[in-house]
Amino acid sequence: MLLWLALSGCASLNGGAVRGTGDLGVIIERADGAVSLLETTGNSLLGRVSGLGDLSHASVVYSRDERYAFVFGRDGGLSKVDLLTGRLAGRVMQSGNSIGGAISQDGRWVAVSNYTPGGVRIFDAETLELKADIPSFWGEGGKRSKVVGLVDAPGEKFVFSLWDAGEIWVVDVSDIDAPSIRRFRNIGRNPYDALITPDGRYYIAGLFGEDGMALLDLWNLDAGVRRILPDYGKGERKLPVYKMPHLEGWAIAGRLAFVPAVGRHEVLVIDTEDWSLKRRIPVHGQPVFVMARPDGRQVWVNFAVPRNDTVQVIDTQSLSVVKTLKPGKGVLHMEFEPRGEQVWLSVRDRSKVQIYDTATLKLLRELSVRTPSGIFFTDRAHRIGL
Amino acid sequence: MKPLSRLLPFLLMSLSLHAAEPDKARQQELIYLLKQDCGSCHGLTLKGGLGPALLPQQLHGKSLDYLTTTILDGHPGTAMPPWRGLMAENEARWLAKALQRGVK
Repeated sequence: MLLWLALSGCASLNGGAVRGTGDLGVIIERADGAVSLLETTGNSLLGRVSGLGDLSHASVVYSRDERYAFVFGRDGGLSKVDLLTGRLAGRVMQSGNSIGGAISQDGRWVAVSNYTPGGVRIFDAETLELKADIPSFWGEGGKRSKVVGLVDAPGEKFVFSLWDAGEIWVVDVSDIDAPSIRRFRNIGRNPYDALITPDGRYYIAGLFGEDGMALLDLWNLDAGVRRILPDYGKGERKLPVYKMPHLEGWAIAGRLAFVPAVGRHEVLVIDTEDWSLKRRIPVHGQPVFVMARPDGRQVWVNFAVPRNDTVQVIDTQSLSVVKTLKPGKGVLHMEFEPRGEQVWLSVRDRSKVQIYDTATLKLLRELSVRTPSGIFFTDRAHRIGL
Repeated sequence: MKPLSRLLPFLLMSLSLHAAEPDKARQQELIYLLKQDCGSCHGLTLKGGLGPALLPQQLHGKSLDYLTTTILDGHPGTAMPPWRGLMAENEARWLAKALQRGVK
């Protein structure tokens, strides 16, 4: 903090010295409308940028040069943060209530998915000027659905799901002045989030309103949406879901994918060759994030309230839990360093961010950050769907 | 020492008061839960998200019983879960009242 105060008058976080951005990142301070800037080489905090509005449930994507973070706030604010100067480079209030965003393949367009008014808006990444507005109309009478699970896909596409409508839309923004939309209806009740495989081929939406997931092969759009895992847990009583799981990135190891089960204390293992359910791994609570270490050897899982004081590590060879950690109440997010040797965890109720060695599973360092939630490193800039 | 019969009315009164309203520490916990956990769907500022806004103007015309029951039992068929396992009835009622008044 002292360092930041000393430098806040300068044009750069490190006194004007030349520096790369590949080891930088941000932590959302959800209660304060601020982000902390961090670096992962020395594992330290570099500064703080405030004035970003309501950041409950905020997320971040990065510009292709890994200099700018685009922060999507709950209140519809889209903020552009300059990691090198530690300043706000732009901000627009683009809707009343939003949930997340994505950046296009070529880095020129930033898309935001909105609850109110429902739809997707697309902005110029350079100027934050509105370029396209896609209202999520469905059914009769001009209703607009809440939009979730927005990701970028190869071919200058954005893909997203409609919570109320049960639809997946694929939007091609090759011509930003005339985006073309392809709608897939009846994909299942209440898609709550979605992910795309690292190769950008498969888009998978999780369903809250029923068991199973909706799978769209972006290489074969004409084949339409296919339901996978329709029967898992049939006849079993679901637990109350106190927090929607997240499908972020793709926890994948070899041909296996790991996803949270809705309303169950389980992580589901899917065989991506035929999209069948291979295993249900019993875990400590209802999973929220199920994230693979970049090499795929481990999967880390955090949990919904009231069991959100715990993190479990699954070994992807034995498909079993090998470690249970108790970082404290309110573990909200996890982010692996780009090559996976360390992982950062946010522990909201203790206002701490913890850094673990993923080989020894030992705590290396604890940083003080006020009510931390999402942690986002700049290497996301070069990963499809993040 | 006073006979128990003379203390009993006071004991009962304090018990019923306790049943009517959670103590200050628990109230703080409930407000924290409201903002942080209810907030993951209704928004940290309760202006809505996947779930509807919970500001006094949106709740106007909804009875205390209805709000209390909704908190305790949820809305089947929607994403609103029953919170009965995490709070008692008097606590849900206190929270419903706080929502009607408006929570800062």
